[in-house]
Amino acid sequence: MSLTILFLAAFGLALVGFQIGRARGRTLVATSGIAAGTAARARIGAVHSRPNYHGSFVALLALAPALVVLLGWSFISEGVLTDSVLASVPAAERPETSLDRTSFMNEVRGLAAGEIDEPFDLATIPASRVYAATQTNYNMLAGAVAATLAALGGFWAYSRLTPQFRARNRVEVAVRWGLMLASLVAILTTLGIVLSLIFESLRFFQMVSPIEFLFGTRWSPQTAIRADQVGSSGAFGAVPLFWGTIFIGAIIAMLVAIPLGLMSAIYLTQYAKPSVRKVLKPILELLAGVPTVVYGFFAALTVAPRVRDFAVWLGMSDASSESALAAGVVMGVMIIPFVSSMADDALNAVPGSMRDGSLAMGATPSETVKRVLLPAALPGIVGGILLAVSRAIGETMIVVMAAGLAANLTINPFDSVTTVTTQIVALLTGDQEFDSPKTLSAFALGLVLFGITLVLNIYALAVVKKYREAYD
Amino acid sequence: MNTNNAPPPVGSNQPPKMTARGVNVFYGAKQAIKNVSLDVRADEVTAFIGPSGCGKSTFLRCFNRMNDTVDSARVEGEIKLDETDIYAASMDVVQLRARVGMVFQKPNPFPKSIYENIAYGPRIHGLAANKTDMDGIVEGSLRRAGLWEEVKDRLGESGTAMSGGQQQRLCIARAIAVDPEVILMDEPCSALDPIATARIEELIDDLRGKYAIIIVTHNMQQAARVSQKTAFFHLGTMVEYGDTSTIFTNPSEGRTKDYITGRYG
Amino acid sequence: MATLASSTAMPVEREPTDWSSTRMQRRIARRYAAERNFRFLGLAALGLAASFLVFLLFTIVRDGWTGFLNTEVRVAVTYEPAILGLDAGRIAATADPAARRAAFRQADFAGLMLAASEQLGDFDSVVSEGAWLALRDRLEADPALLGQTEQVWVPVRSTIDLLNKGKFDLEAPEISRGVSDRDIRAWQALEAQGKLRTGFNGIFLSTADSTVPELAGIWGAALGSLLTLLVTIAVSFPVGVGAAIWLEEFAPRNRWTDIIEVSINNLAAVPSIIFGLLGLAVFLNVFGMPRSAPLVGGLTLALMTLPVIVISTRVAIKSVPPSIRDAALGIGASPIQVVFQHVVPLALPGILTGTIIGIARALGETAPLLLIGMRAFVVDTPQGFTQPATVLPVQVFLWSDDVARGFIEKTSAAIMVLMMILIAMNSVAIYLRNKFERRW
Ligand SMILES: Nc1ncnc2c1ncn2[C@@H]1O[C@H](COP(=O)(O)OP(=O)(O)OP(=O)(O)O)[C@@H](O)[C@H]1O
Ligand SMILES: [Mg+2]
Repeated sequence: MSLTILFLAAFGLALVGFQIGRARGRTLVATSGIAAGTAARARIGAVHSRPNYHGSFVALLALAPALVVLLGWSFISEGVLTDSVLASVPAAERPETSLDRTSFMNEVRGLAAGEIDEPFDLATIPASRVYAATQTNYNMLAGAVAATLAALGGFWAYSRLTPQFRARNRVEVAVRWGLMLASLVAILTTLGIVLSLIFESLRFFQMVSPIEFLFGTRWSPQTAIRADQVGSSGAFGAVPLFWGTIFIGAIIAMLVAIPLGLMSAIYLTQYAKPSVRKVLKPILELLAGVPTVVYGFFAALTVAPRVRDFAVWLGMSDASSESALAAGVVMGVMIIPFVSSMADDALNAVPGSMRDGSLAMGATPSETVKRVLLPAALPGIVGGILLAVSRAIGETMIVVMAAGLAANLTINPFDSVTTVTTQIVALLTGDQEFDSPKTLSAFALGLVLFGITLVLNIYALAVVKKYREAYD
Repeated sequence: MNTNNAPPPVGSNQPPKMTARGVNVFYGAKQAIKNVSLDVRADEVTAFIGPSGCGKSTFLRCFNRMNDTVDSARVEGEIKLDETDIYAASMDVVQLRARVGMVFQKPNPFPKSIYENIAYGPRIHGLAANKTDMDGIVEGSLRRAGLWEEVKDRLGESGTAMSGGQQQRLCIARAIAVDPEVILMDEPCSALDPIATARIEELIDDLRGKYAIIIVTHNMQQAARVSQKTAFFHLGTMVEYGDTSTIFTNPSEGRTKDYITGRYG
Repeated sequence: MATLASSTAMPVEREPTDWSSTRMQRRIARRYAAERNFRFLGLAALGLAASFLVFLLFTIVRDGWTGFLNTEVRVAVTYEPAILGLDAGRIAATADPAARRAAFRQADFAGLMLAASEQLGDFDSVVSEGAWLALRDRLEADPALLGQTEQVWVPVRSTIDLLNKGKFDLEAPEISRGVSDRDIRAWQALEAQGKLRTGFNGIFLSTADSTVPELAGIWGAALGSLLTLLVTIAVSFPVGVGAAIWLEEFAPRNRWTDIIEVSINNLAAVPSIIFGLLGLAVFLNVFGMPRSAPLVGGLTLALMTLPVIVISTRVAIKSVPPSIRDAALGIGASPIQVVFQHVVPLALPGILTGTIIGIARALGETAPLLLIGMRAFVVDTPQGFTQPATVLPVQVFLWSDDVARGFIEKTSAAIMVLMMILIAMNSVAIYLRNKFERRW
C-alpha cells in the first residue's frame, strides 16, 4: 500500500506547488502598480494570467514528472519484486510452474502485509522478508527520484513566473496534451489487443500448423499438459469449436432472437399505445441489463434439465445435460432486446410518409409493415442482426456454464458442443504453462474470434450507417 | 358512383359525393377544426385554401380517416360517402381508403420499382386476376397520370430514382390504380418547380369528372385555375365556401378578400 | 388500341370495383384476420420475452430468498480453559486486546465445539463444522465469559438447514431425495425439542467464500467488486471523458482522428473475453502484475468500459448547443475555458448517466476476470488492490459450479444481491437522465 502513499504524496506536493505559485501570482498582481480601484480595462493585460493559472502551472510541472516515475514504477514493480524474491529462494524450493509461482507470491505478499499467519509453504517466510525489504527499498528509491523531479520541475516553473508570463496558455497547452493522450488510449488498447493476440498466436503456430488449426476436425488439447509426454502435441483442429460457436450463436440463438426481437420491435413501434410502450420498453431493457452469468446459471440450472428431459421423452436415452439447445435458447433470449432495439431504430428511420402512403392506399397496418416498412428497413435490420451475431459468438458465460467442453461436430441440438469462448476459458483457467501449445492455442482462438467479430462489426456498422444516410 | 364520361355542368342536381356535417377535430385538448360542414361533388374539383396551420390538412385527412393514424386525434361530427357514414362502426377503413385515395405534399413513392409502386394497391385489394390484368392496370394508371411514355421502358427501376415531378405523378398513378371515387391531394405541387406543377395541374383537369377531387393549396392561382369550388379556412373554421369564380372575384367575407389579395397569411 | 397508344390516349375504362361483392367481402375478412394474427404475433413475442424475464426473476427469487435466512441450533457451551488450552489467569491479566486475540487464535475452539455438541447426543452431527467460529467471536467480544457456561446459537450443517427450509421432498425414497433418514430424524427431534431457530443470515452478508455452504458469504466478493470498480472508475472516467472532449472539441479532422474514432467504435463491440486475453498477456505477463488482484481486474474492465464512456460523453457534449460556446468565446474565454467552464458542466448529467451504465456493465462482467485469475478461492475479505480477490459475478459462477446442494440458494441469493445493486445503479442513471434532461 505504500505506493498509494507515494501517489498521495505526489499530489500533496503538487498542491503545495499550486499554493506557492498562486501566492506568487497574487504578489505579481499586487505589485504591478495598479491600485485596487482602477478600471477593469486597465487591469487586463498588466499581469497576463490570473494567479490560479500561475499556481496550476507550478503544480503541473511538479506533478507530471513525479507521476510518470511513479506510474512507471507501479506498473513494473511487482514484476521486479517477484524476480528478486524468487532469486533469493534456494533453487530446490523454488516453485516451478507459473501457477505455483503465483500462489507462492500471493502467500509471500500476504505474509509481508501481515494478513496470513501460517503459510502452507514454509519457504515463503524468508521470502516474505526479502519481499518486504526489497519493496521498502525500491519504493523509497522511486519516491526519492519522484520527489527530486517534482522539486526541480516546481522550482523551474516558479522561476519563470513574471507578469508577462503566459501561464494560462502554458497550462492550456498541457491540458490539450492530456486530452489528446487520453484519446490515444483507445488506439493503444486496440494495438495491445492485436499485438498480443498475434504475438502469442505466432508462437502457437510455430508448434501447430495453421492448416491443422483451421481445418482439423479433432480438438483435444488436454494431452499436451506435459511436454515430455509422447504425442505431446495434442490435437488442435478447431473446426468443431467453430461449428459449435456458429451452431449456438449464429443459428439456435438467432432462431430465437430474430423472430421474437423483430416482432417485439414491430409491435412496439406500430401497434403499442404510448402508455403500453412506456411499460414494455423498460422490461426489454431490463432483460438486456441482466448479467450474462445470471443467464448462464439459469441456462444450466433451469433450462438444461428441461431440455434433457425433453430429449429423453423424444427417445434419446443418452441425452447429455449440457446441450447446444439450452445454451442457444438462453443466449437467444439474451439477444432479444438487442435485436429489438436495432430493429426499432431501423423501423423508426423509415420516413413516416411511407407508412402514411401505404395506409392511405387502404393497406392494413400488417400489410404496410410486411410490404413497405420491412423491405425499406431491411438494410438497417440486417446490419443490426449482424451485430447481434457478433455479440452472440463472443458471449462467454452462458456457453461456459451450459454448453460443455465436448468438441462434437454434430447438428443434433440436444448434443453437447463446445465453443471458441468456452475453450478459451477452459484453457486459461487451470494449470498454466506459458510455453505449452495448450495455453497458447487460447490466443489463436482469441485471434480468430477477434478477427471475425471485427469484420462483422465493421461491415454491419457500415451497412447501418449507409442505411441511415439514405433516409436523412 | 359516377362513371359518365362527359362531366355534367357545374351545379347539377346530382347528390353530393361526400358530405361533411358539423365536423370537429381535436388533437388532445386542442381543437383544430371547428364545426365545419361542406359538400363535395363528384364532378368537381374542390380547393381548400387558407393560411398555414388553419386546419386544411387536418380536415382533408378526415375524408379517408387518415386522422385515425394519429394517436391524439379525435374526430366528431358526420362525414358521408354516398350516404354512408364513414365514421360509423360498420365502416371498413381499408375499403374506405381504397375508395378515397390520397396524394401527399411530399412525393412518397415506396422504395420499390415503378411497376411495384403502381401494382401495390391492386395487389393488396386483389383487383387483378392475373399478370396481364395487372399489366393493364399499371399501364392504364401510368397513362392516365401522363407518365407512361416517360417510364414505359424502365418499369423495373426504383420509384425513388425519378425527378420530384415524376415521383408525384407516380404517386397520383398509384392512387388511381385502385380506381378510387375520390382523390384527396394535400399541396401536391408545393415541392415541385413551375413546369412540373403545370403538368400536375393539367393532369388534375384531365381527371376531373372521373374522380371527385379535393385539393389543398397555398397557391391562389392554382386554386383559381383547377377548382370549381373553393373553401377558405381560417383558425380551424370554414370562413367561406362557394364557386371558385365567386370566391376569387367577389368574396362575401372581408377575411377571404384579405387573404386572397395577399394582405395576410 | 395499345398499338396506337399515344401520350394523350385514354386507357380502356375498367369496370368499377364492386366492394360489396361476396368475393371482395371475403377477401377483406381474410385480410383482417391476417391483420389480427400479425398483431397477436407481435404481442405474443413481447409477452414471451417479458414472461421469460419474469420466469427468470421468479426462479431466482424462489430459490434465493431463503439464502438470506439460516438455521441455528442451541447448545450450552462451557468455555472450559482446559479444553481451549488457555490459561484463564493469564487471559484475565492481559490488558492488550491484540495479545488476547493472538491467544484466542491459538486456542482449540473446534475442540470446545465438539465437546459442546456432544450434549446433543445422537444428533451431534447437525452442528456446522465451522460453528466454533461463533464461539470464538463470542469469547473475543467478552473475555469474561471464560470459564462460564452459556446458551449459544450456532449454525447447523447445510443439509439440516435445507431440511428446515423444506427444500427436500421427504416423500421420495432415501436414495433419490438427497438427504439421509438419519439427518431427517435429527432434524425432527431437534425441531420437536425447540432447539432450532431460523433467522436472518448474518454470515451470508458478512463473510467471504467457504467450502461449506452454511459458512459461505458474499461480503468478500462484494468488497472485491468495490475495489475492482474503484480502479475501473479511476482510470476509465478521466481518460474516457478526456478522450471524448478531445475528439468532440479539439481534434483536427485528419487520418489520426479517424483511426481513433474507428478504434473506439470497434472496441465497443469487441467481445469482453478478448479484453481478458489482453489483460492476461499485457498486465500479467508483460508487466508482471499480480494475478487475481483487483488492480488488474479493474484495469482490464476500465479498457472495456472506456468506449462506452467515450461514446456517451460525445453524445452529451454534442447536445450542448453551439450558441453556448459562441457566447462564451464571444466574451473572451479561451477554448479550454469554454469547454471546462461551460460545455462539460452542461453535459455532466449525460456523461454521468453513460458512466454509470458503463460501470454497471463492468460490475456484471465475468469472463475477462476469469482469465486474469479472479476465480481464486478467497476465504478472506480482500485487503488491498494487489491482494487476491474475487468479485460478485465470479462468485456466482464459482458457486454455481459447486456440487454441494446448499450452494444453489447461495448462488441465487448472490444473484439477487448483484441484481439489486445493478437495478439501483441503473435507476440512478435513469433518474439523472430524466431530472437533468434538457431540451434546447
Ligand atoms: N399530429 C398533430 N398533433 C397535434 N397537433 C397537430 C397535429 N397535426 C396538426 N396539428 C395542429 O393542428 C392545426 C392544423 O394543422 P394542419 O396541418 O391541418 O394545418 P394546415 O392548414 O394544413 O397548415 P399548412 O398549410 O402549413 O399545411 C395546427 O395548429 C397544428 O399545429
Ligand atoms: Mg397542411
